[in-house]
Amino acid sequence: MVQTPAPFEYERATSVEGAIAALKQRGSDARIIAGGHSLLPMMKLRLANPEYLIDINDLDELSYIREEAGEIRIGALTRHVELLESELLARHYPVFGDAERVIADPVVRNRGTIGGSLCQADAAEDLSAVCSALKARVVIRGPDGERVVAMDDFHVGPYTTAVGDGEILTEVRLPLRSGAGSAHEKVERRAGDWAIAAASAAVWIDGGTIADAGLALSAVGPTTIHVTRAEELLRGSAPSEELFVEAGEFASADCSPVPDGRGPVDYKRHLAGVLAKRALRRATARALHQEA
Amino acid sequence: MAVTENLPSPGHERPIGFGRLKRKEDARFIRGKGTYLDDIRLPGMVHGAILRSPYAHARIVSIDTSRALAHPNVAAVVTAKDLETLGLAWMPTISYDTQAVLAGDKVRFQGQEVAFVIATDEYSARDALQLIDVEYDPLPAVVNARKALDPDAPLIRDDKEGQEDNLASPLWEAGDAEATDRVFAEADTVVVRDIIYPRCHPAPLETCGMIADFNPKTGQLDIYNGNQAPNALRTVYAHVAGLAEHMIRIRCNDIGGGFGNKVPIYPGYVCAIAGSIVAGVPVKWIEDRSENLMSTGFARDYVMHAELCAKNGRITGLRCDVIADHGAFDSTAQPTKFPAGFFHICCGSYDLQASHVQVKAVYTNKAPGGVAYRCSFRITEAVYLMERMVGALALEMGVDPIELRMQSFIRPEQFPYETTTGWTYDSGDYEKTMRVAMDIADYEGLRREQAEKRARGELMGIGVSFFTEGVGAGPRKHMDILGLSMNDGADLRVHPSGKAVVSISAQTQGQGHETTFAQIVAEELGIPPEDVQVRHGDTDRTPFGLGTYGSRSTPVSGAAVSVVSRKVRDRARLIASTMLETRPEDLAWEKGRWYVKGDPSKGAPIEQIAAYAYSGSPMPEGMEGGLDAQVIYDPPNLTYPYGAYIAVVDVDPETAAVKVRRFIAVDDCGVRINPMIVDGQIHGGLAEGIGIALMELISFDQEGNCLNSSFMDYLIPTALECPDFELGQTVTPCPHHPLGAKGVGESPNVGSPPAIVNAVIDALHESHGVTHIDMPCTPARVWAAMQGRPEPPQ
Amino acid sequence: MELNVTINGERVTRDVAPRQLLVHYIRDTPGLTGTHWGCDTSNCGACVVLMDGKPVKSCTILAAMAEGHEIRTVESLERDGQLDPVQMGFHELHALHCGFCTPGMLMTARALLDENPDPSEEEIRVAISGGICRCTGYKNIVDAIRWAAEHEATTRQEV
Repeated sequence: MVQTPAPFEYERATSVEGAIAALKQRGSDARIIAGGHSLLPMMKLRLANPEYLIDINDLDELSYIREEAGEIRIGALTRHVELLESELLARHYPVFGDAERVIADPVVRNRGTIGGSLCQADAAEDLSAVCSALKARVVIRGPDGERVVAMDDFHVGPYTTAVGDGEILTEVRLPLRSGAGSAHEKVERRAGDWAIAAASAAVWIDGGTIADAGLALSAVGPTTIHVTRAEELLRGSAPSEELFVEAGEFASADCSPVPDGRGPVDYKRHLAGVLAKRALRRATARALHQEA
Repeated sequence: MAVTENLPSPGHERPIGFGRLKRKEDARFIRGKGTYLDDIRLPGMVHGAILRSPYAHARIVSIDTSRALAHPNVAAVVTAKDLETLGLAWMPTISYDTQAVLAGDKVRFQGQEVAFVIATDEYSARDALQLIDVEYDPLPAVVNARKALDPDAPLIRDDKEGQEDNLASPLWEAGDAEATDRVFAEADTVVVRDIIYPRCHPAPLETCGMIADFNPKTGQLDIYNGNQAPNALRTVYAHVAGLAEHMIRIRCNDIGGGFGNKVPIYPGYVCAIAGSIVAGVPVKWIEDRSENLMSTGFARDYVMHAELCAKNGRITGLRCDVIADHGAFDSTAQPTKFPAGFFHICCGSYDLQASHVQVKAVYTNKAPGGVAYRCSFRITEAVYLMERMVGALALEMGVDPIELRMQSFIRPEQFPYETTTGWTYDSGDYEKTMRVAMDIADYEGLRREQAEKRARGELMGIGVSFFTEGVGAGPRKHMDILGLSMNDGADLRVHPSGKAVVSISAQTQGQGHETTFAQIVAEELGIPPEDVQVRHGDTDRTPFGLGTYGSRSTPVSGAAVSVVSRKVRDRARLIASTMLETRPEDLAWEKGRWYVKGDPSKGAPIEQIAAYAYSGSPMPEGMEGGLDAQVIYDPPNLTYPYGAYIAVVDVDPETAAVKVRRFIAVDDCGVRINPMIVDGQIHGGLAEGIGIALMELISFDQEGNCLNSSFMDYLIPTALECPDFELGQTVTPCPHHPLGAKGVGESPNVGSPPAIVNAVIDALHESHGVTHIDMPCTPARVWAAMQGRPEPPQ
Repeated sequence: MELNVTINGERVTRDVAPRQLLVHYIRDTPGLTGTHWGCDTSNCGACVVLMDGKPVKSCTILAAMAEGHEIRTVESLERDGQLDPVQMGFHELHALHCGFCTPGMLMTARALLDENPDPSEEEIRVAISGGICRCTGYKNIVDAIRWAAEHEATTRQEV
């Protein structure tokens, strides 16, 4: 029969504060469960054995995508399918649509959430690269209040984030600036698979020059790779194919893939470079279309 | 529960006999009312779970089951020691080897069965596995077939007396080595390749399992088991359990896919049976997906070295040398006299002058198996080898791959054709089928498109495969499994109402037997298919036979049903002659009735004949009442379906990702009983071929850890990887089959992987000089080939 | 814990452990073994049911999480003896062999057509890409769903 989790206790949170209080009360044996499509498979394989699950699926106050204070703010409980179908995101940051189309499959996307995916912090996770490229910040709430953390500080290591014991990720904030274009490129062995490598790129173009750029890679390092060297190269330059190629070379050089069933190191490096170049090319094309 | 109501057009064509008939079995499946193994709940039933070895090769130092036994919901924990007292610690395999039911001395593959827990519910059984403490002393493992034959390789089967190395079976040889040497010496082109057919897995969507229900009062053993050969297995269980066959009943009900995975006897089955016999309650054991991938019958794993030669533009000779990786125990299933299955049909569809084939089998620290996944007893490996080699030869010769085949095909007038390895192909018109495929594909248009794309740096590939396979084992003279001849029975009874029941030993796992076998009776007797019940899947109610795999259902059971129907028809003729007061020779048949020649208004439809046969009216001289017959069919030969396949792929020049854009498949399986079902089988097999060619792989690291033990890493194509398949057909009847039909179920898996791989090579040959690549053609592996470094899979 | 889950419009009350998976909760309900399971890693889609109208993988949802939501399984498709167009389409176009993936595919198809009554071939393939079929090669499944889309209007009129 299908594998099954070890025994645990279960409660449903009725408020964010309640969830945080329950986490504090239960300690490190407790886990939050949202979509459950990262946690439950691990529990079924007995790789994760929390003794206490706090179900936050009723917390509608964490499910939104809205424009506020010059940002797009996304509640942590927002499902992948909602990110895919959001007109607001499609208008400003189509990189989300690109990524969602290749995250898992449409059925899983009905349940999985952005908060769950970011907190799972699998290096191959696509939304982490998207958020990094978009210079997102995340809001973490704990018993002592809220703090806002940049993506570089959010990703600490493999499967490890800045969310501490007793804290919950509540929101993702994307700065809104004019001239934006963004894209996500991924290659996988089969539809729905984790990336062999993926690249998220964002450019903000002002008067024919790249005012700012974001480039991040999935699946080619212990966590999301933020290709700062490429961003420095791009900032202040006029977009060109040569520029994208060079940025791709930085992406190739600055990642640290490990060999596994998806591919050996040299291929993954090569792929990171190709996809970075392609993502930048498409992001730029989108930005320029927007300008026009 | 008919499904024919509520159709939008009630006047829909419903053939009586052959033709596109919608399936009778759909009625329950579309309502979610199938009865698969896990749907069966019996009173008092308990649940089994298996503890499996984390090591590929290790001595078992100790097993402590005390903590598990202390679990309140655990009824028993069985280890090898317990089975030894029942004489069940080891079991015979279909290949005359032995396999540990539960490991006693040591474990020989990762995932091997070590202990069997019986608990009140499945969740508790799973929990209890973590409470069993096993101490292992790891040993070096060998997971590479070539390395297994190194003199210093660890000895795996030290349980076998006299076994001093990892050779599993004696050399199998076919063809003529000397004649082949001469042909090669005279050839003007020779190509040499080392080609691997990697280990993959049939992975039916429903995993394997069994419910064993022994009644201590009656001594009856009731088994529910999705198995492709229930009658044969019943005889094996009878032998192993020391019961008479008539005290064992196996019911298969609905099976969620087999593909050869559900032929072998697995240790879980023996444990469930032993558990039930000892405890006197039903025991259910169903494996999870990781157990299925790690421990049940895998497929392929052939390491092949081949040489193909040509003279004057025609293929003339083949020689090949194969190491077959059988895993830790030899549990392949094939006819006894053919330990390498039908691999020696690798001589293919070509009029070779000579060929020579050698196969040896080795043990490795991997799960046992090898013959599965629509392989037609190793014909998948054989065709892959030959069609890859023909592709290689065409490249070397600089000729079009279809043209080379056309020049080399066996000609229609040469049939029945005796191959250089001893097969007698029954019928074929290969060129015709190849041309139909070329038409559907617009082959010349594709080559033009390819040239245009190449000029722009786009990598498009066109790959061809033409296969002949042999299915429908087989003649009792040559083919048995475990001494049981591969003949199958059919019983047909026409009831007084004129409706009928046909009982067969074939065992569907989705092939549509409830429809197609009814269609055969309908074709022969004119009884509408909805009035013919097909009885199967219950050893108490079906004749003896060897079941369904190797595409043998139509060739063997289909022939049996045809012959038994004709026997009934002949009896009906005699009865009709009495009814109509004429002589039997004055009667003619049209579907559904006997009538007087020259006076068609005077006739007797089959329902009337049936009613008469059961009434008190006088029967013809010497005939008993009733209208039924029994047959056991002994096929005179295999049947030889064939096909021409063309694959069109696009390879991304930067990422090396491969997409199958089009797949054209033209099959000739002789007379087609239900074209809709035949086409459906082709679609399914082509999807499997895409999987095998591009993504399916069971691989191991140096320690013998299985790296593909879940569907996250054993990748199966979704709807996004499969194109809209384009099918065609030719019909060249089988001369020896009563219906002129051949088998077909495995053909698409046989023919498609080489077409796809040939296409990938075709895409990359001119631009990157690629002349060989092994499957699976994942982006990483294709990229390595493009860099000039193709590597065999692990 | 005692759970109340609404399945096919009916309240199913049972006392289960928190760790019971929704797929088991459904399958333990009399007459509801049509929802299947086929893997351990949420890949195969044999367990797909509708939760509040959306397809979900019931092997990756706790029964406890389903409380307060509407679950629909394959057994709900036939109403008053009338088959749903998706069921009819699968039968018309031979979109099933062994039938094991069929309930998951049917529920996915039903949800797709409820949201998108005129899907393209590509949209259909994407929608069913969360399910694996080992038997059919998907072509007939895609064609069957197109058939259902085309015949939905006619059938609905009859009902």
